[in-house]
Amino acid sequence: MALGFLAGIFMLVQFFVPHESSQAAYELLLEWARIIGAFAFVLGIGSLFRNHLDKIRRRRKDAGYSIVTLVAFFAMVIVGIFIPATRDQSVGDAMLTVDTGASFQWLFDNVQVPLDATMFGLLAFFIASAAYRTFRARNFEAGLLLVTAVIIMLARVPIGEMIHAKLPNLYEWIMQYPAVAGKRGIIFGAALGSIATSLRIILGIERSHLGG
Amino acid sequence: MGLSTLRQLERIDRRWIYLAVFLAVVIPFLTGLKLPVGTPSPAAVAVYEAIDKLPEGSVVMLAIDYGPASMPELEPMAKAVARHCFQRNHRVLAMTLNPEAALMIRRAVDPVLEEMGKEYGVDYVDAGFKPGGLAVILGMGRDIHKVYGNQDARGNALSALPMMRGVKTYDDIALMTDFAASNLPFTWIGFAHERYGLRMAAGVTAVMATDLYPYWKSDQLVGVINGMKGAAEYEQLVGATGWGTLGMSSQSIAHLLIILFIVMGNVGYLAGRRHRDAGRSGSA
Repeated sequence: MALGFLAGIFMLVQFFVPHESSQAAYELLLEWARIIGAFAFVLGIGSLFRNHLDKIRRRRKDAGYSIVTLVAFFAMVIVGIFIPATRDQSVGDAMLTVDTGASFQWLFDNVQVPLDATMFGLLAFFIASAAYRTFRARNFEAGLLLVTAVIIMLARVPIGEMIHAKLPNLYEWIMQYPAVAGKRGIIFGAALGSIATSLRIILGIERSHLGG
Repeated sequence: MGLSTLRQLERIDRRWIYLAVFLAVVIPFLTGLKLPVGTPSPAAVAVYEAIDKLPEGSVVMLAIDYGPASMPELEPMAKAVARHCFQRNHRVLAMTLNPEAALMIRRAVDPVLEEMGKEYGVDYVDAGFKPGGLAVILGMGRDIHKVYGNQDARGNALSALPMMRGVKTYDDIALMTDFAASNLPFTWIGFAHERYGLRMAAGVTAVMATDLYPYWKSDQLVGVINGMKGAAEYEQLVGATGWGTLGMSSQSIAHLLIILFIVMGNVGYLAGRRHRDAGRSGSA
């Protein structure tokens, strides 16, 4: 908590101090933050590993998927680090090269991209089903939301302009005026909340990040 | 059609809905249905004009911050913007804060680079992915070479690349466009634009556009490319046909279908409500 307080106050004060030593300290802290960011990946990978190994060891339900996950993980790591980018490149050089080879790119383009895009594409079906089942004009506000949603959905595809030439203009008016007004209120509220929470953390009033 | 029949409209099995959506998306692709893209939106035109009006040879930074999940919506616009930059002989610096996007950069920009006969290191540099998020954004405002350890994504020394010799901080970047499906554009606006004055545009998924319009209206963004329609609009502006334009037919039919389902659901709901009200007044 004391560390959080000192770091928070230092960064607050540092922002307003243009002196060379203040700027040097700021650059050093930025470098530390980038290094910590890199280690966060190591932590994440370790956690992924541990969870899936645990599932396999305990023969939990769907442990087969954990095996697939770990096999895919190792496949990408081995191909990315050890497979040379060109025929005349040695494995040792491949390990030291930042650039990834064609095999890694191929795996990414032909396995990860289609799988990821497909998972996200499933949303279209769920959205259609959810819209059908839940979009009901139960009262005035719900009816207004419904009409607005229909206008937006029509205006964001070419058929909308073919149905009525002014539909895109109506969409732009909705987006640029009532939507912006509502969103601005939310942004202000969120920003004030963020400032308040940050001050509470720096001053030690908020301690949930410490596990308390 | 009786009330009881209309009430059935509220109870369609979801599997029929899934099948209908599938057919609505696939049939336009298979039949080659083409729809005109229509009038480009002011927000997309604003991005186009901002890039078009830059002096020739300006450095434009593309932050490719999306992963494969949002690739269908964002890759067409990233390609179109890269094409526009190369058409205007601007120099492009690509980078990302998203580890999945390190290879998305190659998918988006490399084909356009090759097609337009541009040269790596002279017209384009791929700085790649750097962990650290906000620390990277803030660090680039002071020294881009230092943040990347003087190395690009392909193992070349940044200082040795002709394009990067005059590019040290955001002051040397004329405009930056962030392509993202996450909250990264807000981080870029809050720190790169507000603190260092970096001129910015954004290309986002359609669901995120509402969140970014306030920043466009307050001139914190020069413009917003909004979803797949925005990508199609930008492709039209640069005179290219890509997946943005090709996806418009499927998206049109799918949207009409969803509206039809909503109408059917509401007709069924209103018929059911009338039936229930009639039942109550009958028993009363």
